[in-house]
Amino acid sequence: MTWRSMLRPLRQRSDLYREKPLATAWTIEGVKEALAAKKISARELLADFYRRIEARNPELNAYLALTPERARRQAERIDALVAAGGPLPPLAGVPMAIKDVISTRGTKTTCGSKILENYIPPYDATAVERLEAAGAVLLGKTNCDEFAMGSSNENSAYGPVKNPLAPDRVPGGSSGGSAAVVAAGLAVASLGTDTGGSIRQPGSFCGIPAMMGSYGRVSRYGLIAFASSLDRIGPLASKVRDVASVLEVIAGRDPLDSTSTTAPVPDYGAELGKPLKRPRLGVPKEYFAEGMDANVRKKIEAGIALFRKLGCELVDIRMPHTDFAIATYYIIATAEASSNLARYDGVRYGLRVPDDSLLAMYRKTRGAGFGPEVKRRIVLGTYVLSAGYYDAYYLKGQKVRTLIAEDFRDAFSKADAILTPTSPVPPFQLGERTSDPLQMYLADIYTVTGSLAGVPGISVPCGKIDGQLPVGLQIFGPPFGEARILQLAHAFEQAGGAEV
Amino acid sequence: MKISREDVLRVAELAYLDLSDTELETYRAQIDEILEYIGKLNELDTSKVEPMAQVLAEDQAADATLREDLLVPCDVAEDVLRHAPDPEPPYFRVPKVIER
Repeated sequence: MTWRSMLRPLRQRSDLYREKPLATAWTIEGVKEALAAKKISARELLADFYRRIEARNPELNAYLALTPERARRQAERIDALVAAGGPLPPLAGVPMAIKDVISTRGTKTTCGSKILENYIPPYDATAVERLEAAGAVLLGKTNCDEFAMGSSNENSAYGPVKNPLAPDRVPGGSSGGSAAVVAAGLAVASLGTDTGGSIRQPGSFCGIPAMMGSYGRVSRYGLIAFASSLDRIGPLASKVRDVASVLEVIAGRDPLDSTSTTAPVPDYGAELGKPLKRPRLGVPKEYFAEGMDANVRKKIEAGIALFRKLGCELVDIRMPHTDFAIATYYIIATAEASSNLARYDGVRYGLRVPDDSLLAMYRKTRGAGFGPEVKRRIVLGTYVLSAGYYDAYYLKGQKVRTLIAEDFRDAFSKADAILTPTSPVPPFQLGERTSDPLQMYLADIYTVTGSLAGVPGISVPCGKIDGQLPVGLQIFGPPFGEARILQLAHAFEQAGGAEV
Repeated sequence: MKISREDVLRVAELAYLDLSDTELETYRAQIDEILEYIGKLNELDTSKVEPMAQVLAEDQAADATLREDLLVPCDVAEDVLRHAPDPEPPYFRVPKVIER
């Protein structure tokens, strides 16, 4: 008998003693079936999730606030529906978490900032309203970088979130809390927001699928603005099918957001199961230049090989303006931020630092309420918009943004979708990159391009480095091509993409 | 040097943002480095390129931004004022801005 064969029964046995299966085992469909079969009630499921959160959140710092009353009322509604034997809505009883930049009526919404420490919105974001109308049970609000500005969740005024897969590492950002709660089994799915990668990169770092739809696909009403021409709300979940189900619920025209699209919302779930029709997948040379971690590269190459095995045709494409995307993004995003964040003046809501003079009150309130990254971006954004610099920076950025969008248009004339890494680096150590903002910005290179172009993108798990640190593969689709990239991501996941 | 201490002070004044001396110097140095990097955009000739003012506008229905002009009740004033830093319903109170 070899030592390996002796080890096997031991390992199986230790499984028996592990805590009960993690909630990551729960899927939206699983919850619905269990409820319909009366194996568990929505209230029992809710209590179970709150027990898990109580046990794990002090270490992870992923939830900033819980909403037990609101959750209980919704769970009771769902249990009443089950008892009445009626049809269950698409997200019936599904425990979900909401990033704390998305407004929730009557529940504190801080944006990870001291300036909104006690802010209680008088209304719900449209996406939140739609989730609850579809039966979701909202557990609480998740930690994030202040005003969604950051790539590691270390810019939160309420402390960093730990990566549940590697507690000495960051979960990514800015939707770090929304990714961590799903990866740790403290929510079945969550909402994040993405301005330059803030859904996709934390999804990648926490080993779960995470998606931003096309610009305008999901209403931004109630999303507290960072950069209005880039901001998008989107889902994170443990399976691509659940990402699709949540997107289908929150997508669609909203009269309260004039940039939300009137394009019809497809049945994303039904599209998933359809066989791939030998799609052509573009691999842009510029995304595989120097600067990518060698281990990440290995995994992404294995992921691309898996797509080939699935019958996809891979084509080399060029996206020549990729290298200019970070510079463009940090002009446009900070310019819009400086304008959007002008509203925090201590008059109507949030923090006020009193002074006898109105202008001094503004200055002191903003000086005390905003954290370093937000101040840095307000200064930079105000500078690139200021007289004498507008043409050289802001206007130049808007023009290069046109060129980047054209890169995508050209690419989609040659390919049905584009494959890239989500991040050039695996999850890094807490504190490793905080001292140099430019270095932190540069790591957003693969995600900001699609943000600037307005196209949809999904990050899907693509193996783990040394079996521990997750890598994400990103799939971009053409405008409103969400169904196509979901189908590809689902096929990849089903073929074992997470283990390449 | 792309951005001076005076530039940062001027911009902070425009943005009504109090910065300590330490913050001022830290941000100046960091923003200087970022602007240096942003300078790479000058490698591109954009003289014939239109600035992008709308995202996916061509993919939107033409009537996407128009709707009926309807009255919708919006009874949130009380709720809004309750959470204001210094309310005096129906007003927000601020330091005196008009000299007598």
